[in-house]
Amino acid sequence: MHDAHASRAGETSVPLTASAVLVNKVGLHARPSVKLTQCAKRFAAKIELALSGDGPWTDAKSPVKVMRVKAPQGATLHFRVAGPDGEVALAAMLALVHDGFGEA
Amino acid sequence: MSSPDRGNVGIVIVSHSPKIAEGAADMVRQMVGNAVPLAWTGGDVDGGLGTNVAGILEAIEAAWSAAGVAVLVDLGGAETNSEMAVEMLAEDRRARVVVCNAPVVEGAVIAATESSGGSSLAAVKRSAEEFYA
Repeated sequence: MHDAHASRAGETSVPLTASAVLVNKVGLHARPSVKLTQCAKRFAAKIELALSGDGPWTDAKSPVKVMRVKAPQGATLHFRVAGPDGEVALAAMLALVHDGFGEA
Repeated sequence: MSSPDRGNVGIVIVSHSPKIAEGAADMVRQMVGNAVPLAWTGGDVDGGLGTNVAGILEAIEAAWSAAGVAVLVDLGGAETNSEMAVEMLAEDRRARVVVCNAPVVEGAVIAATESSGGSSLAAVKRSAEEFYA
């Protein structure tokens, strides 16, 4: 489930935000955390995630920090992305969560 | 950030138990994939619990990458023997091998995750050591 109204930023300094619900059974445990950070690392943009739209924000490129979030199934994962490839990055992150990290 | 010219940082797993070392390597392969050079070693020369310098040197050789090698160890001798193995490397290679201060299983998975994104040896070490931060 994507948040359809991902806020559009005219300039790269304004971060893009969007959220998606964790559908995979185990939530954001070890394996999904690894996949998430691997995906995030493909982009130059600064990518952060949180369980609430107000943060606290966690660096999505740090596998240790992402695992510490311990987000369960059904939790809403908020993303905040800033950088020149931010839009593509955000779409990739949302797709990954939406697809249950390929493990349903 | 990515360094396709040098390849990804290699990961070496050193445990007193060959079963733990092999199992940790299995976890890395399954969770992180095959984009990272990986080798494991465990047990003393007689096949008992322990570590041996020759085995560690072989593993470093097997996981060698121009980007460097991060070594994950469990206890005491695994660390001192790994440091000894690093000392025995050719001088130009010595500086490109680091022993991480991180738990062996978790550290190996995290180090490999970091490496698979093309991160530098320093970043791989830092990430693995975040477990104790």
